[in-house]
Amino acid sequence: MHPADTGIVRRRRRELLVAAVVLVVLAVLPLPIHDTYTRNLIIITILFAGLAQAWNILGGYCGQISLGHALYFGVGAYVSALLLTRLNVPPGLGMLAGGAVAAAAALLVGWPCFRLSGHYYAIATVVVGEIGFLLFLNWDFVGGDAGINIPYVRGLGESWLYMQFRTDKLPYHVFALGFAAVTWLAAWLIEGSRWGFVWRAVKDDPLAARSLAVRVFPSKMAAAAISGFLTGMGGAIYAQYVGYIDPDSVMSGQLSILIPLPAVLGGVGTLWGPLVGAVVLIPLSEVSRSYLGGSGSGVDLMIYGGLIVLVALLRPQGLSSLLPSFGKARDARAT
Amino acid sequence: MPARLEVDRVSKSFGGVAANVGISFDVRDGEILGLIGPNGAGKTSLFNSIAGAVVPDAGEIRLDGERISGLPQEECALRGIARTFQVVRSFDSMTVLENVMVGAFARHGRARPAMTKALEVLDFTGLAGRADTQAYSLSPAEKRRLEVARALATEPRLLLLDEMLTGLTPTEAQSGVALIRAVRDRGITIIMVEHVMEILLPLIDRAVVLNLGRVLTIGLPQEVVRNPEVIRAYLGDRYAAA
Repeated sequence: MHPADTGIVRRRRRELLVAAVVLVVLAVLPLPIHDTYTRNLIIITILFAGLAQAWNILGGYCGQISLGHALYFGVGAYVSALLLTRLNVPPGLGMLAGGAVAAAAALLVGWPCFRLSGHYYAIATVVVGEIGFLLFLNWDFVGGDAGINIPYVRGLGESWLYMQFRTDKLPYHVFALGFAAVTWLAAWLIEGSRWGFVWRAVKDDPLAARSLAVRVFPSKMAAAAISGFLTGMGGAIYAQYVGYIDPDSVMSGQLSILIPLPAVLGGVGTLWGPLVGAVVLIPLSEVSRSYLGGSGSGVDLMIYGGLIVLVALLRPQGLSSLLPSFGKARDARAT
Repeated sequence: MPARLEVDRVSKSFGGVAANVGISFDVRDGEILGLIGPNGAGKTSLFNSIAGAVVPDAGEIRLDGERISGLPQEECALRGIARTFQVVRSFDSMTVLENVMVGAFARHGRARPAMTKALEVLDFTGLAGRADTQAYSLSPAEKRRLEVARALATEPRLLLLDEMLTGLTPTEAQSGVALIRAVRDRGITIIMVEHVMEILLPLIDRAVVLNLGRVLTIGLPQEVVRNPEVIRAYLGDRYAAA
């Protein structure tokens, strides 16, 4: 059997093709839609698909369940915003710096926390996330609880480098989609490389992995750095999009739950889970909030939470396993 | 030329319980060595020391004359020691081919050569037809084979088999024996722990018998089973006299 004949190679080619189609569909999706509300909803959905994929790289492929990703999101948002307001560095570059600092933060968190395993690691990340939140809340240099207003640079007009556009939401759609595409491509490349195999081995059975010369700790650190970098980039894009950040909006514990949720619901450790999960979850939470949330009774949250529980019970392997052409189980008999 | 593996006065205790006490023996190049002894004799502990999963408290283990005891397990694997586990440990989120590729990545940085190597090993171990099957859906006998395949993909010099034939049907065990012989014919030295004597004795070149953490005797398989000490360890004093 020639290597090219195996299921892996064919599956990967097919996935790339599907991704190209999905990318084109998502690129033209907002064109016929003109109301701002829906366009905003689409942008946030795509952004969260990307964030969930970024989380998935560490949580799904490497199996290290982080519940503190808001820290990396917030660091990316703050670094890009501060670089703009203090040093006039355009956010187009600040985004990369934000990602880099977030990656460094992920390594810093990983250094002690990856010595813990399973639930203990998850709990540690919750604590670290809260520490970050409180630190930024009380840190005057970064605006404390008042946050940072991202200024409109006068005389610049429309600028892609500064991610600045008068009223048009469409360019942010491009940024969000580009970001989600980069995270997907990162996951796809990882799946097919030595790292992807090694990380999944670390997730499934670290002891067996070590017996096959897999270096467990460095593997986790590499996954954390990439996941942190991408999450930080997402934070920077979000900051430019909303124009104002404070610890509550970019570093809260709630955000640390919202980032992994699409991946968990859609299918942990799968290429399509984060996108499928985000497409179902984000509009659902918006719709239930706008139709039921006004009364202040919390009915919307009950319905939202109930649906999550329902999916978790009926489809623990994630919603993406419902899509026959995307699932992996089918490939079991592909040859 | 030094022996492939030298176990030199190795001792290991776990919280006051002496699992191995001053164990010494050599394993020759290309040999199949059986490690036998009653339950609790210290076989798996010794395996873990050789594989680098634990560090001996005292003594030294050398692979081709180079000290490996004290090295991390990953380093031992890179130096050429591969193992299977008493309780099967497959990577259950992956296919059979992907499982074996993890092993192949120990020697190959890129996916293509790793896949080529993995397919070659799957062919050798008779699992080629199951390459794209999810690992969790394999039968127990196939899972044992998968562990051997995964270990072979790391291109070892020494393979440690921990109760690879235990719990298999006689037919499955016989094909397991054929696989072990084929592995040896590739020039790979084997140490195996096994309880099923009627399968083990014709297969191995020499036996090391452990009892209560110490070496009871070392010798040819036919010799050691007639040794009164060995019979006493397994069956008690009454049978040793008979």
